[in-house]
Amino acid sequence: MSREGIRELQGIRLQETVRRVYDNVPFYQKAFREIGLEPGDIKSVDDLSKLPFTVKQDLRDNYPFDLFAVPKSELVRVHASSGTTGKPIVVGYTQNDINNWADLMARCFAMAGATKDDTVQIAYGYGLFTGGLGCHYGAERLGATVVPISGGNTKRQLMLMQDFGTTVLACTPSYALYLAEEAVHMGIDLPASQLRIGVFGAEPWSDNMRKELENKMGIDAYNIYGLSEVIGPGVSMECQCKNGMHINEDYFIAEVVDPETLEPLPYGQKGELVFTSLLKEAFPVIRYRTRDISVLIEEKCDCGRTFVRMERVAGRTDDMLIIRGVNVFPSQIESVLLAIGETEPHYQLVVDRKGAMDDLEIWVEVSDKMFSDEIRRLEELERKLRNEIQSVLGISAKIKLVEPRTIPRSEGKAKRIVDKREL
Amino acid sequence: MKVKQISVFLENKSGRLANVTEILGRNNINIRALSIADTSDFGILRLIVNKPDEAYACLKKAGFTVSATEVIAVEVQDHPGGLAAVLKILDARGINIEYLYAFLEKSSDAALVVFRVEQIDEAIKVLGENAINVLKGEDVYKL
Repeated sequence: MSREGIRELQGIRLQETVRRVYDNVPFYQKAFREIGLEPGDIKSVDDLSKLPFTVKQDLRDNYPFDLFAVPKSELVRVHASSGTTGKPIVVGYTQNDINNWADLMARCFAMAGATKDDTVQIAYGYGLFTGGLGCHYGAERLGATVVPISGGNTKRQLMLMQDFGTTVLACTPSYALYLAEEAVHMGIDLPASQLRIGVFGAEPWSDNMRKELENKMGIDAYNIYGLSEVIGPGVSMECQCKNGMHINEDYFIAEVVDPETLEPLPYGQKGELVFTSLLKEAFPVIRYRTRDISVLIEEKCDCGRTFVRMERVAGRTDDMLIIRGVNVFPSQIESVLLAIGETEPHYQLVVDRKGAMDDLEIWVEVSDKMFSDEIRRLEELERKLRNEIQSVLGISAKIKLVEPRTIPRSEGKAKRIVDKREL
Repeated sequence: MKVKQISVFLENKSGRLANVTEILGRNNINIRALSIADTSDFGILRLIVNKPDEAYACLKKAGFTVSATEVIAVEVQDHPGGLAAVLKILDARGINIEYLYAFLEKSSDAALVVFRVEQIDEAIKVLGENAINVLKGEDVYKL
């Protein structure tokens, strides 16, 4: 498809989406009216910047279903991701949405070179997280043999990988690395196995990591990008050129804006990624600010595809951390620390990659209130915090009690995060 | 009958203990007894000093997390079975000992042991009934 053709198609679908949200979602209707915008004012992609932005807070404010453009009876599935206030972000799908998503994900697998003859082992978590099921239906749609193993259970993963002749592995890059290391321990020669493709995403990773995974596993590793708010995995995907991820522009319009001024930036400039969905029925999003920092590349790709590409996400405009594929906000940790009856706690999150897995250490300064002359009380406190973090965030973290004033103070925003991962 | 113990939170980093002792020395505070309980990440330094309130204040001022806890200093006969006799008395009364440690010096021929128990008044009472000497705080600070 030519760039013009893509823009034309996007224009038509954008009009439909704008009409859909205006007619069915009170939140959008109100937002449009506030700026004096009629659905008819949007005629093409050129009018995109007239539309208001949507931010994560809007999703929270409309928890759980108020942003949906269809009645609940039309929903065939919901997914949710971790929220900062104990309330998750909820997204919904109609049967058409699910079908489109499956097509989209099938396309992504195909971009990586997978076919119906492949055996795809899906080690992303299944459940409310979009990663597992998103990949699952895509691989099925492709006609591949799907192994829906979900995450964890590493030894078994490797055993089945061998026994089933898995050729495609879909999981987070950090888990892939862990699998690779475990394989060595178990005396399994992964490069000699049938595994040939990795579809890795749900967390930031680097090209160095790619090289390492490719060498250790004897595969081609591809970066996949997506977020639940927009659909889940499959928003964009690397082709075999491994030079940026093609945005599926028939489903989504991507923009990059200046996070400060919110002005749209031209291709090639770094800014915040913003997505507008074009075909979603249950949960359309208009100019959703992802907080992910990237660059859009318009130059034609060597693979021949004309969809624009986005570079690897360089960072985030907010302080969200992605640890083992799970979104973690310092504020969530803070609320847990506050909940144990402390005044304002001083804490710092230290993220590291130990071996293959992201490792989260939470440093907490011991206040007089928390302190006891008995070790067991302090250990109890550590345990309590660890369990609470585990139940709120769903990830395990090591709690490290530190002396007062150990954690650097700053004049402005506290530096809550020390990320030692070289992403 | 109760002795004020000063407890300090210490991260397992080199020089932290030296730092505490230096502050105490500079403030002319003398350590009578001490023990450290530690885990892989942190330790708790427990001190009996001649001026507990001052020690508390100057460590606090230096930015340490400090607490004051009441413990008892018990005279234990310095011969085989001496400590066992005391423990037996406490055990018979169902008094649970959180921890204990010994003094650096004696007040008499007997050894001095610091006991940290939950039911401190109960412990003082039962030890008294069994003619075990529990020292007064001011006597301990003067040692």
